[in-house]
Amino acid sequence: MTSTVLRSRAWKLLEMVTTPLLPSDYLDLVSPLRAGADLRGRIEAVRPETGDAATVVIRPGRGWRGHTAGQYVRIGVDVDGVRLWRAYSITSPTNRQDGRVTITVKAIPDGKVSNHLVRRAKPGTLIQLDQATGDFVLPRAKPAKVLYLTAGSGITPVMGMLRDTEFDDVVMVHCAPQPQDVIFRSELHDLVADRKLRLTEVHTDTDGMLDIARLDELVPDWAERETWACGPAGLLDAAERHWSEHGVQERLHTERFRPSIVVAGDGGEVTFSATGKTVDADGATPLLDVGEEAGVLMPSGCRMGICFGCVTPLKAGAVRDLRTGEITEAEPGVLIQTCVSVAAGPCAIER
Amino acid sequence: MTAIDPTAHLTAEQIEELGRELDAIRDEVIASRGEKDAAYIRKVISAQRKLELVSRGVLLFSIFPPAWLLGTAGLSVAKIMDNMEIGHNVLHGQWDWMRDPKIHSTTWEWDHVSPSDQWKHSHNELHHTYTNVIGKDNDLGYGIMRVDEDQKWHPFHLGQPLWNFINACFFEYGIAAYDLELSKNLHKHRRKNPEFRARAKAVGRKIRKQVLKDYVIHPLLSGPSFLPTLAATFTANLVRNLWSHSVIMCGHFPEGVQVFERWSIKGETRGQWYLRQMMGSANISGSKAMHFMTGNLSHQIEHHLFPDLPSNRYAEVAVKVRALFEKYELEYVTGPLPKQVFSAWHKVFRLSLPNKKPQVKTPAREQELLAA
Ligand SMILES: Cc1cc2nc3c(=O)[nH]c(=O)nc-3n(C[C@H](O)[C@H](O)[C@H](O)COP(=O)(O)OP(=O)(O)OC[C@H]3O[C@@H](n4cnc5c(N)ncnc54)[C@H](O)[C@@H]3O)c2cc1C
Ligand code: FES
Repeated sequence: MTSTVLRSRAWKLLEMVTTPLLPSDYLDLVSPLRAGADLRGRIEAVRPETGDAATVVIRPGRGWRGHTAGQYVRIGVDVDGVRLWRAYSITSPTNRQDGRVTITVKAIPDGKVSNHLVRRAKPGTLIQLDQATGDFVLPRAKPAKVLYLTAGSGITPVMGMLRDTEFDDVVMVHCAPQPQDVIFRSELHDLVADRKLRLTEVHTDTDGMLDIARLDELVPDWAERETWACGPAGLLDAAERHWSEHGVQERLHTERFRPSIVVAGDGGEVTFSATGKTVDADGATPLLDVGEEAGVLMPSGCRMGICFGCVTPLKAGAVRDLRTGEITEAEPGVLIQTCVSVAAGPCAIER
Repeated sequence: MTAIDPTAHLTAEQIEELGRELDAIRDEVIASRGEKDAAYIRKVISAQRKLELVSRGVLLFSIFPPAWLLGTAGLSVAKIMDNMEIGHNVLHGQWDWMRDPKIHSTTWEWDHVSPSDQWKHSHNELHHTYTNVIGKDNDLGYGIMRVDEDQKWHPFHLGQPLWNFINACFFEYGIAAYDLELSKNLHKHRRKNPEFRARAKAVGRKIRKQVLKDYVIHPLLSGPSFLPTLAATFTANLVRNLWSHSVIMCGHFPEGVQVFERWSIKGETRGQWYLRQMMGSANISGSKAMHFMTGNLSHQIEHHLFPDLPSNRYAEVAVKVRALFEKYELEYVTGPLPKQVFSAWHKVFRLSLPNKKPQVKTPAREQELLAA
């Protein structure tokens, strides 16, 4: 018998011992980062970068497959006991010796996860991880000239690139309200001193918002440069228009941090993704009733929000909890009680 | 229905006001649910797993009497924790707000022969919705006992103390049977129903796995301790069954708890629903350890009012709920475990014999409902 057969038999036997749990439920108690476990990470340090940004050093589990410079990772953090998932660009280079990865987070007003990570997260905390992903990355073949156009926390994926790959001719235009708001400022200035980077800082509190037309003056050869841009929607929209107008849109790569805004109005089109039905719902009829009226098989129980006989994955859009008025937005793993949820804009549930 | 409706003194407005006050208690807990609660359930789950692991480890040497005693006691407690404070409450969705797929009502499986999805249906949807409604709530007498003077007596009921005792010893199988609604589904024309057959198969699979683990694999792993380990796992299951049966009997059977007729819940308002839960449940008083080992079902009244609030919060909720009972002059049925167990058993014995039909005074509110 080969050793893999033996091992799988031993595992089967273990499963018979641990049923109804799995052996991994017990192994997770002692070794949550082991190979074969769900991918997790442990926060090892949280280092302040600016007044409202911090770098989080994460030791990923053994199953971590690495990343490409510019990619992001989704992390699941328990904030006030509730698991919330967010995406963060990886700011560490791919060849970091100790195998740790870093993300750099800017706390936004009222932001649940960003404030938690910047101000409250403690070393030693376990977080959930997904494999790195994203196509805001450098090409295999090195471009001759590079432009990084960033604003605010949009500097993060670009920092991952700067730390990872050196180019002969790199220009960066970065916008931030004031000098002290520039994340990684001293490291950027070191690169400038080493002549590895030419940097223009636009301080929007004094200089005003960057007018994209000023690029002609700041980086005269911008149209010849392979460009990576990341920042607020206003900047990226303007850049996309500008590059298109000059017919060089294929040189522009953008990364957005916010999904298209969910219209949290009342009512909307409800899609039942498993059965493929779509119906219009108002903002007062529970999705359970909406589904039943449409002839969709809906599990249900008490129909008053206490039994959880009706929980269903929310696949897209947003719903409003009739009881609290609270809006729940679709994210992988989010379940809703259809008997007390109404459409808050277009949405899809798995039924 | 007992002869006198103990809620007859309440007006319809008072009942709705009571409902609003209870809603406010619920909202307060929900608004303050957080990290501490999450840490609590994770700690309990981790402690349960460690206790089970260590106990089963000790039982590998169960041929030595001290090891047998220690291992059996540990495993009994671990199984009770799994079923009561963890399983029952997770399956109620009490921890779903954490959005942790590993501690979620839709993914949890417990150390019990009834698969969790079937138990959730019969318990959460039927029992909690139709609490103590004769003919709708299977938990009431589990379909084998007479639990109210008003129910028709049948000579079969003479044996109910015995049925109840057997049910207590093999409680998990009793639960699996009524989750399957066996008594109804064993009728000829229902037996072939594919949905029933699929569910019966699922129960069969679950039983096989549970039995294999407790009565074959674990004893085999114990080598020379095979027989003592077998006896140990059997004992642990028995202890768990007797314990959970006692706790659950105390929830709805003791004297003073009301049962309801089918018609009385027609068009029930939120306030009336709350009131039925208040009158249809009974608590167990005791120490923190007692509350923990009952899975906080010692706060049965609070649990029935708010079945999806985290169990660790019932103790603080109970203080406020009890004040409402006083305010609205309702009887809060509670007592120490031995007293409540005795009271419940007393009822089982008493109702095994026929009785005179009690006089029902139909109070005004019910007359209104009847007329509607
Ligand atoms: C691919 C990708 C990569 C990202 N990389 C980073 C990164 O490296 N560093 C980083 O700090 N963030 C990054 N983000 C944004 C991050 O995922 C979160 O959206 C952000 O931290 C806010 O989450 P929160 O829980 O704090 O805010 P929430 O509690 O979700 O939101 C609070 C309020 O802020 C608004 N809001 C949400 N997101 C933003 C935003 N980005 N800017 C302004 N207002 C917002 C919301 O509409 C809401 O009103 C990235 C996002 C994506 C999609
Ligand atoms: S059917 Fe009861 S919670 Fe939805």
